[in-house]
Amino acid sequence: MKYILMMNSMRAGHGVPQWPQKDLQAHIAFMIGLDEELRQSGELVSAEGLSFPDQAKLVRAGKNGVPITDGVFPESKEFLAGFWIIDVEKPERAYAVAAKVSAAPGLGGAPLNMPIEVRPIMSAPPPEML
Amino acid sequence: MTKAWDTTSEHLLRELAPQVLGAVARRFRDFVSAEDAVQEAMIAAFTQWPEEGIPDNPRGWLIQVASRRMTDQLRSEIARRQRETAVAGELETAAITVDIETDMDPNDTLILLFMCCHPALTPSSAIALTLRAVGGLTTAEIANAFLVPEATMAQRISRAKQNIKASGVQFQLPTREERAQRLRSVLHVLYLIFNEGYTSSSGTQLQRLELSREGIRLTRSMHVLLPDDPEIAGLLSLMLLTDARRAARTGANEELVPLDKQDRSLWNRGAISEGTDLLTSALSKGAVGPYQLQAAIAAVHDEATRPEDTDWPQILALYELLKRVSPNPMVTLNHAIAAAMVHGPSKGLELIRALDTDSRLSEHYRLHAVRGHLLEMTGDYESAIKHYRIAAGRTTSIPEQNYLMTQAARLAERTTQ
Repeated sequence: MKYILMMNSMRAGHGVPQWPQKDLQAHIAFMIGLDEELRQSGELVSAEGLSFPDQAKLVRAGKNGVPITDGVFPESKEFLAGFWIIDVEKPERAYAVAAKVSAAPGLGGAPLNMPIEVRPIMSAPPPEML
Repeated sequence: MTKAWDTTSEHLLRELAPQVLGAVARRFRDFVSAEDAVQEAMIAAFTQWPEEGIPDNPRGWLIQVASRRMTDQLRSEIARRQRETAVAGELETAAITVDIETDMDPNDTLILLFMCCHPALTPSSAIALTLRAVGGLTTAEIANAFLVPEATMAQRISRAKQNIKASGVQFQLPTREERAQRLRSVLHVLYLIFNEGYTSSSGTQLQRLELSREGIRLTRSMHVLLPDDPEIAGLLSLMLLTDARRAARTGANEELVPLDKQDRSLWNRGAISEGTDLLTSALSKGAVGPYQLQAAIAAVHDEATRPEDTDWPQILALYELLKRVSPNPMVTLNHAIAAAMVHGPSKGLELIRALDTDSRLSEHYRLHAVRGHLLEMTGDYESAIKHYRIAAGRTTSIPEQNYLMTQAARLAERTTQ
């Protein structure tokens, strides 16, 4: 079963976190270590981090399909910061990985406790009979 | 002299994989390393044979290459550990003089299947290891079939092997006492491999079709080794009878086509008759199990030229047996559909009411999909639409979701007309 774990931690208007070097390094090491752990367990499908919200554009089709781009709206509370796609045996395992991501170290090494949205990825239909 | 590479060569190569692995694993008494060495030999064959032709003795060629890797690896390991040179020398002579090629055991494929489908492994790792060690597929092919990166799949396989090593399983057939339970695990893994390919057989994922073919091939080789086991024959029959309908199962836009709407002229008659023959002979052995019963149900469907010719009383009787032999909520659900076809939809609705309190199924989309279908049969379209939509919201399959949403939309249009 494949799941996507979405980390919605960024806020519009906020740029890069201004943490001390030590805390930043701990955070980066945690994220790299997590990816490696999921690769080692044979569960990682993909993991991507996204650029900061000030790089984002909102696109709509104008007349004749010409793209109309706009900046992102400051009222948007949260932005997707990154995601993991994992292939696991049970939903409980996906929740456990999400809890681990959530507790990534932030300022002063304290767990960030970010909300991580976990959703099943649509797949092929299940067998007709058991 | 060498033989030119053609379409059957790949098949030959895959058939050889478990034989080669058996011989090498037994010789070096190390399944984990032998499996890696054979994979390397297979990859070497896949690159060299199409260009240079198939060697006279393909099995010997693969054993040679794999053994060389094993010896190289052992030698460097010994050097690293700085053991006495005497051991290294001994090993070298042994590898040259002992003719592994003549060491053939017809049980090797069977031993490997029992090992790779060991109950200590999770289903997904057992599937991956079986496809590589017994099926002779490369890691890249397996990764492709399951839509995960190759490195992830390689890791999954390597962990599976470590688990086997840790559980202390010997390279031998399970004991008589263990056999029945271990056989169940093997059949389950083969069934999962088949289903993985069958259920996702949409045009955009053509390579996944290989998995159902691979499931059939592995089950067939198991049936050849143990022809008297009726459940192995039953599983092979079930696969053939199900796979026979594949071309009719999806429409032009890859939408799911239910059994009663399928173009039956697209069904594969050859597969149906082979499946039916296998089943008939399995049933005559008298030990009826769940795979034979499911195959029997598939056979009844397959023998009806038109949906209205389906022998539903027969299917109902088979589901009643299946409920007794292997009770589970999915069987209850399918039994209810058969009962509705024989005794009318209210009988079906009455039967599925029992599942509302079954925590394994009460929240499952399938219960709602079936209830929607039965309510539609009673003419209660409004409630049917409601249940089709709940089911559509809960399934994790896009083709299934499209199908259920379309069912609801079709009824909604009918009620407003």
